[in-house]
Amino acid sequence: MSTDVTSVPPSRYVPGPLARVGASIGFWAYQYRRTWRGTVVSSVLTPVLFLAAMGVGLGALVDDGGRLDNDYLIFLAPGLLAATAMQTGVFESMYPVMGAIKWVRTYHAMLATPLGVGDILLGHLLWVVFRVTSTAAVYLAVIALFGAAPSLTALLALPAATLCGMAFAAPIFAFSAGYESPSGFAALERFVIVPMFLFSGTFFPVSQLPEVLQWVAYATPLYHGVELCRALVGGTQTALDAVGHIGYLLLWVAGGVLAAFFFFRRRLEATG
Amino acid sequence: MPVPVANVETVPAASSGPPLVHARRLTKRFGDFTAVDGIDVDVARGEAFGFLGPNGAGKSSTMRMIGCVSPPTEGTLRILGLDPRTDGPAIRARLGVVPQQDTLDTELSVRENLLIYGRYFGMSRAAVRAKAEELLDFVQLSDRAKDKVEPLSGGMKRRLTIARSLVNDPEMLLLDEPTTGLDPQARHSLWDRLFRLKQRGVTLVLTTHYMDEAEQLCDRLVVMDKGRFAAEGSPRELIATYSTREVLELRFGPDADNNVYADKVHGLVNRVEVLPDRLLLYTDDGDGTAAAVYDRGLRPASTLVRRSTLEDVFLRLTGRTLVD
Repeated sequence: MSTDVTSVPPSRYVPGPLARVGASIGFWAYQYRRTWRGTVVSSVLTPVLFLAAMGVGLGALVDDGGRLDNDYLIFLAPGLLAATAMQTGVFESMYPVMGAIKWVRTYHAMLATPLGVGDILLGHLLWVVFRVTSTAAVYLAVIALFGAAPSLTALLALPAATLCGMAFAAPIFAFSAGYESPSGFAALERFVIVPMFLFSGTFFPVSQLPEVLQWVAYATPLYHGVELCRALVGGTQTALDAVGHIGYLLLWVAGGVLAAFFFFRRRLEATG
Repeated sequence: MPVPVANVETVPAASSGPPLVHARRLTKRFGDFTAVDGIDVDVARGEAFGFLGPNGAGKSSTMRMIGCVSPPTEGTLRILGLDPRTDGPAIRARLGVVPQQDTLDTELSVRENLLIYGRYFGMSRAAVRAKAEELLDFVQLSDRAKDKVEPLSGGMKRRLTIARSLVNDPEMLLLDEPTTGLDPQARHSLWDRLFRLKQRGVTLVLTTHYMDEAEQLCDRLVVMDKGRFAAEGSPRELIATYSTREVLELRFGPDADNNVYADKVHGLVNRVEVLPDRLLLYTDDGDGTAAAVYDRGLRPASTLVRRSTLEDVFLRLTGRTLVD
């Protein structure tokens, strides 16, 4: 007992921005050591089940109709890739963010150290980038194993999926920091995410929709993520389309990050 | 042995040198609400300084500005000689913070909480590991190092929070209501740790609404009310200025009309306070005043002479109205 705690002249190292963001990512990575096994199982199992049931099983029926140029599996798989990236981005940005503000108060603990609001936000967003990318990578590998990735440009579908996921994650960071209670999450999931999942071109071409709804679909980030991934996996990507999709998704990311920064500051600087 | 004056290096005494906290007309507003209303304060190195006040007095808002988490709305603020607006990370690297509400990660172990926290200061894994052992020893949690935080008692969690706040060898420790909600044993154990830190030269800045805590720990304190300072000084000075040496408490039984008795003791002391269950007579000589009460033929059911405390000062300055 009674070791001398503070007599040593303290080292006055001040971590720079990179080190601070790194320390913020480090926290989430450390946390993940507790849960990674479960996420690996589900990120392998989900694509296997979906592709087997809907791509192969349901796909056989669809292909009989003969209205698609390709197998339904090849149509569906990249759509699911983008949709999964979306789901991961959404999931990682709701309860973890609200918990770090309200319940576990991780952000508040970080704010008492050299880390600032920007470091905390950026670190957590980059962690979500990792989670979306790793989940999408597994999905893409399973797609390849199903023989549903005919082109080498399919590799580029990985960053495309990440971009799609972050186009959701960033605005939802803002949403989670802006709301006091998690009751909004159920509504967001039910009235925004699920309809988007069903009607943004993942399961059938948007052109099947009534014209008004087509325009709604075009406005969703998921549509652009799906189109981008589908063209890249199938090897039919044209540069002009790609620029449009990427630009639109980047707009969502940028707007989301700015909004998240605003709400993070408002929330974290105002109250303890 | 005489030493040539020119060669003597001046080592500043504990209370000299630039103040660690320097605030002028410091103000914090949230919308229309003014939480902190233009306060001036200086805290010297090595000092233990307290902010006292009822809930909503602006203590926590002040602490969050000093901790460089919440930017001031107006006024000048320098912490460790630096400007929080531009040097937040550099200042926070030298502060320790014990927040009002625990921010421990309850799913992680006691030791892991320290390891993670040290990394935020850019400490190497080896350095923070060694520091963690030292600090766990200091707060007597070494035998719980591997346990999850969740099942720990409130006192243990507070001690862990204090250990965590020391991971970077802070020059100044900010404690926001450090012992609220703890049992007496846990409070005394915490006070003991804080006192030892103070002896080692760590500057302490704390908020509390416990008067005994302020008397135990603070060299100097301010009483805050509605965002301003109602009074300032050492505990002894405040009692001398705003109260008397002793307080005589008279109880006349459950059905007595204390206002009537207040008239009957009129003139004995300068200040009488009427409470529903008793009269408080502020006096420098409690026994003498009690004798005078008996001389007037009054027979209270009970009399108590006690020393005046900061609580008397506090209640006089901030009133007895309940603040939620």
